[in-house]
Amino acid sequence: MSLPAAASHAIRARLDAEGNASGGDQLEVAMGPQHPSTHGVFRMDVVLDGETVVKLKPVFGYLHRNHEKIAEGTSYLGSMPYTDRLDYFCSLTNNWAYALAVEKLAGLAVPERAEYIRVITAELTRLQNHTSVCGFLLQDMGALGTPLMWAFRQREKVLDLVESLTGARMMCNYMRFGGCRCDLPPGWIAQARVLVDEYPRFLEEFEALLSGNEILMARTQGVGRLPAALAVAAGVTGPMLRASGVDHDLRKVDRYGIYDRFQFRVPLGDHGDVFDRYMIRVLELRESLGILDQALRDIPPGPVIDPKAKLRGFRPKAGEAYGRIESPKGELGFYLVSDGGPNPYRYRVRPPSLINLTILEDMCLGHSVADAVVILGSVDIVLGEVDR
Amino acid sequence: MLGQGIAKGLLQTARNLVATYVDKDRLPTIEYPEERQKLPEATRQFPFLVHDGDDPSKGLRCVACQICEKECPPKCIYIVKSKDKRVDYKGQTQFYPAVFDIDVSVCMSCQICVEVCPFEAIKMDTAFEFSTPDRFGALLLDKHRLAKSAAHYREIHPADAAESDAVMAAESAKAEAKAKGDAEAKAKAAAAKLAAVPNVSPEAQLPPPNSGSDSPTMPM
Repeated sequence: MSLPAAASHAIRARLDAEGNASGGDQLEVAMGPQHPSTHGVFRMDVVLDGETVVKLKPVFGYLHRNHEKIAEGTSYLGSMPYTDRLDYFCSLTNNWAYALAVEKLAGLAVPERAEYIRVITAELTRLQNHTSVCGFLLQDMGALGTPLMWAFRQREKVLDLVESLTGARMMCNYMRFGGCRCDLPPGWIAQARVLVDEYPRFLEEFEALLSGNEILMARTQGVGRLPAALAVAAGVTGPMLRASGVDHDLRKVDRYGIYDRFQFRVPLGDHGDVFDRYMIRVLELRESLGILDQALRDIPPGPVIDPKAKLRGFRPKAGEAYGRIESPKGELGFYLVSDGGPNPYRYRVRPPSLINLTILEDMCLGHSVADAVVILGSVDIVLGEVDR
Repeated sequence: MLGQGIAKGLLQTARNLVATYVDKDRLPTIEYPEERQKLPEATRQFPFLVHDGDDPSKGLRCVACQICEKECPPKCIYIVKSKDKRVDYKGQTQFYPAVFDIDVSVCMSCQICVEVCPFEAIKMDTAFEFSTPDRFGALLLDKHRLAKSAAHYREIHPADAAESDAVMAAESAKAEAKAKGDAEAKAKAAAAKLAAVPNVSPEAQLPPPNSGSDSPTMPM
């Protein structure tokens, strides 16, 4: 097997402080930050023995944008568009997590219709995130083109819906404290209904193409195992944690918003390997479709924003709040401290991608370089969120 | 059996290839510069300043209150308030922006300026083809390039524009009623004073119309 990632930047390893690299047989390779398999500007410093990874150090921070400090200098509302840019695949769930934290802080109520809209948009976000991450994962395994393009073709349909609602495809800036910015445009629910009804056809096709594929199984089964105990100890959340068999989904645990009204199951994995992480996402897609189906059926008429919510001069009383939701990547939380001023005194993001990434070395040790690429793909990171 | 997966995969993709000829859904790409997609009504790109009437220099709704400048998250708006006041399209005496610049290379199209504007003066445009060989000046739009007519707004966002027009109509009706009430009250007071002091002319007693109703409260 060729070594796609080791082709560049290979240097002779020096003996490190612990004496890990021995006798010049081991290679220290910097994979990234410009390598296409790293999903952005991310570097893995790996020490290789032959093709086997014996040490791995994730290096990030290339995309650091000072998000938290900027947010402490702008008004509460002014941070909302910046949250779009954390995990730029899932701007609507980022909006929701931030809005939830501020609503807790300021004690705002959300009208029923807005809650439904939030669930619908969040599940649409989950659809497009999981669809594209499956495509990316296959790309990392060397299935160049087809799976990713198929996934993106389907993702475009979701983005079209999102665009007609929020005015932007990715940087939605849609939620407001106490509701949503605007109501659904006429005919939107019917369009969403068509999308939800057609989605299973895409999933069946995608699965027929991929899930039973022997190359995919050979490359993923037994690769990058993450034991449940280790996952819990490391604070891993989201599909990665559930692939290791831990039943922890904030939609069930916290029941934030109105998730207690919907019937859905939480898929769990057995082995915690890359295949399980792939399958969990495919299964979650089907559950999301179920939630969407119920939400589109039950959505009531009414206002979409709390009339008490102020756009300008918004000053929540002094205090602190932590709002968290199940974003497609895991637990996304915002911790806010208010001193009663127009800006948050402290603004902290708990990014799921970053915390899921910290466990990368444990999953990669003993596997080949090509597998390390696949394992990284199965973590589902977005560097905008890792580095902030 | 080895190779089965490849055969199955190729069958799937072959089906897809054939379907692109019959199913529009399978071939979603368009030939962009020649063929254009109809954008949804909510589409937003960059802000523009709305003006009423035909003359952009006179009809700008903006009164240089600088709320958008303050609220803009990436701080891409730069406003210099005028020293003098002038009569706006509603007949009220207002400040106007002596300078109003938006750096669209900094703007992140978040629409917050539109939401916080109390005068319906700034709205989102749908134009996006701004590419230019000029690195600096061309993307810094001044008020002459930002000004677009209310008719343009009604064309690109009909539903929003109708709502905005309704808000403006309600506001001007309220302002008119208030002005009328004020004027009547003042006239009455003046008449009463006049009756008491007969040798002062009534014009000198009347205050300028609508003073004090134009400067908005600043958000803190």
